[in-house]
Amino acid sequence: MKQTVIALALLGLGISAAQAQEVIKIGHVGPLTGNIAHLGKDNENGAKLAVEEYNAKGIKIGGKAVKFELIGEDDAADPKTGTTVAQRLVDAGVKGVVGHLNSGTTIPASRIYDQAGIPVITPSATNPKLTQQGYKAVFRTIANDVQQGAVIGKYSAQKLGKKVAIIDDRTAYGQGLADEVDKGVKAGGGQVVAREFTNNQATDFMAILTKIKATNPDVIVYSGMDAQGGPMLKQLKQLGINAKWITGDGGCTGEIIKLAGDAINANTYCTQAGLPLDQMPGGKDFKERFKKKFGADVQIYAPYAYDAAAAIIEAMKKANSSDPAKYLAALKSSNFKGVTGVVAFDDKGDIKAGSVTVYQFENGAWKALKN
Amino acid sequence: MQTLLQQIVNGLVVGSVYAVVALGYTMVYGILGLINFAHGEVLMVGALVALSAITFFQSVLPDLHPIAYFVMGLLVAMPVCMAVGYTIERTAYRRLRNAPRLAPLITAIGVSFLLQTLAMIIWGRNYHSFPQLIQTAPIEIVAGVFMTPVQMTTVGVSAAMMIGLVILVTRTNMGRAMRATAENHRVASLMGVDTNRIIALTFIIGSALAAVAGVMIASNYGVAHYSMGFLPGLKAFTAAVLGGIGNLAGAMVGGIVLGLVEAIGAGYIETWTGGWLNSSYQDIFAFLILGIVLIFRPTGLLGERVADRA
Repeated sequence: MKQTVIALALLGLGISAAQAQEVIKIGHVGPLTGNIAHLGKDNENGAKLAVEEYNAKGIKIGGKAVKFELIGEDDAADPKTGTTVAQRLVDAGVKGVVGHLNSGTTIPASRIYDQAGIPVITPSATNPKLTQQGYKAVFRTIANDVQQGAVIGKYSAQKLGKKVAIIDDRTAYGQGLADEVDKGVKAGGGQVVAREFTNNQATDFMAILTKIKATNPDVIVYSGMDAQGGPMLKQLKQLGINAKWITGDGGCTGEIIKLAGDAINANTYCTQAGLPLDQMPGGKDFKERFKKKFGADVQIYAPYAYDAAAAIIEAMKKANSSDPAKYLAALKSSNFKGVTGVVAFDDKGDIKAGSVTVYQFENGAWKALKN
Repeated sequence: MQTLLQQIVNGLVVGSVYAVVALGYTMVYGILGLINFAHGEVLMVGALVALSAITFFQSVLPDLHPIAYFVMGLLVAMPVCMAVGYTIERTAYRRLRNAPRLAPLITAIGVSFLLQTLAMIIWGRNYHSFPQLIQTAPIEIVAGVFMTPVQMTTVGVSAAMMIGLVILVTRTNMGRAMRATAENHRVASLMGVDTNRIIALTFIIGSALAAVAGVMIASNYGVAHYSMGFLPGLKAFTAAVLGGIGNLAGAMVGGIVLGLVEAIGAGYIETWTGGWLNSSYQDIFAFLILGIVLIFRPTGLLGERVADRA
C-alpha cells in the first residue's frame, strides 16, 4: 500500500515536471542516405543548431517553459519515401516541419502536411510549383526558380549586354526558368533577340547556334542541365561565337567544367539560389557556431535550415502558442533578421528577400561575384 | 547567305554520321528483313570502349601524338563492336530466323535495353568527357563559315567507309554472296553460299561501321554516355527508311538528306512560318518530310527493290 502511494506521488511529480517544461516536437526531413546524404545531414544540423540555441535561451510559451525537440527523418531523396516519413512525423505529433531538401520530395509531402494542418518550411527546394499548389502552410527560406530566372535575365541585360538569346531544353525546369529569364531581360531593359529550343537528349546544337549567331547576341542564356551545357560551350567555340554565356543552377556544377574542356572561360557565368556563406549577414558567426557544435563545415543550405527552424519558433513565441492553427498567422507575418537575411514571406509562402548569386568561371572553378 | 552555308555544313556533318549508322540498319534489313534496333547501342559501346582504351593508352604510353591515341581507340573499339555484333546475331537472332517477324523485332528491342544497362553498370551513370584528340579549333572555310578539323575528319571518314562498303558489296566475291543471300537466302545456300556465315559477316561489318560512327560522334561533341546511342540510332533508322531501307545508296542519300533537313529546318522553320513554329519542332519537320516522301514513294527515295519484301 505504501509503495503504491509512493509510486503515485512519483507519477504526480513526473506529471507536474512535464507541465513545468512542455516538450514541443519539430520535424526535419532530408536525405540522410544516398548520394546527397551529406547535404541532408547539413540541413539537419542547421535546424538542430537553431533548436538547441533557442532551448538554451529558455523560451516560455503560454506561460510555461518549453523545450523544443528536433525529430530527424530520412527521405533518401525519394518522393515515395518522402511521403511515408511525412506521415510518420504527422503521427508523431510534430508542430512544424523543416524540409524536405529536394523539390521532388517536398511537393508530394506538402500535401500530407497540409491535410494535417502542420506548417512546413523548406530550406532548399526551389521549384516554383511547391508554393503554387494553394496550400496555406507551405513556406521556403530560399529563392525559387522564378526569382532565379529574373536575376539571370536582369543580370544578363544590365551587366553582360543588351542583346540576349535564350535556349531551353523543354523540360519543366528548363522551360519554366527560361520564361522567367525572358521576363527578366525585358524588365532589365534588354532585348530578347532569339528564343531557341532543344531537348534533354540532344548533343548537337550547331543548327540553333548558327541561327543565333546570325542575330549577333551579346549574351546566350542556357536553361538546362550541365550534361548539355558542356558540349554547347564547345560548339559555340567551334562556330566562332564570342558572346557571353550564362546558365542556371542546373549547369552551375563541377561536372560542366570537365565536360566543356577548354571551351569554358571568363565569359562563362552561372547562378545559384542563395548566398555564399561569407556574404550572409550572419554568415561568419554562424560558421563558427556550426563548426564548434558539429565539428564540420557548412555544406550549402544549413543556414537556410537554421532560419526555417527559427521562423517556426519565433512564430510560436509571437502567437504564444505551439498549436499550428494558432501560430500559423504569426508565421505568415514573420519578419526577423535571420542568418541568411530578413526572413519574411510573401502571400504564397516564398521568401521576400530571396537572393541569388551569380558565379563567374575563373582559374578552373566557379567564383561567386559580389551582388 | 553565310548562315545558310553554315547550316548546310552543319547538316552535312550530322548527315554523314547518320548515313554511316543507317548503312548498318539497311544491310541487316536487306539480308534478313529485320530491323536491328540494337544497332544504336553498338555505336554507344564503340564510343565507351574507345574512351576506356584511350584513357588506358594515355596512362601507359604517354607522349604519343594525339592522333595515335585516336587511332588506337578506334582499333580497339572496332573489334570489340564486331564481337558484340556477332554475339548478338549468334545468340539472339539466329534462333529466331524462321520465327514470325515480330519475335526478332521485340528481341532487338530487348537486346538494346540489355546493352544500355550493361554499359550503365560498367561505365556508370555519369557523362564522361571524351578526349578531343583531333583539333577542334574552327577553321574559316568561306567568309563567316566555320568547320573544325574533327568535323572534316567525320565527313571524310564517313565518305571513305561508304565508298569502301560499296566496293565490298559490288566488286568482291563476298559482296556477291551477300547480294545473293539478300535476294533469296534459300536459293543462295543451294548455290553453295554459306548463308549463316554471310549473315554473321553482315552484322560484323555493320557493327564495325557503328563503332567508327560512335567514336566520331564522341570526339565531335566531347561527351560519351551510356544512353548516347539512342538518338543517333533512331535518326539513322529514319534515314534508312527515308532513303529506302535495304538499299545501300538509299541509306547514304537518306542520311545526308535527313541531316540537311534538320539543320535547315531548325534554322528557318521560324522564319518560314512567321514565328508560328519554332526550333522545338525541328524533329517534327524532319518526320513530316519522311511522311510526305513515304506517301508518294512508299519504298523510300531509292528503295525500289524492297517492294516485294515489305
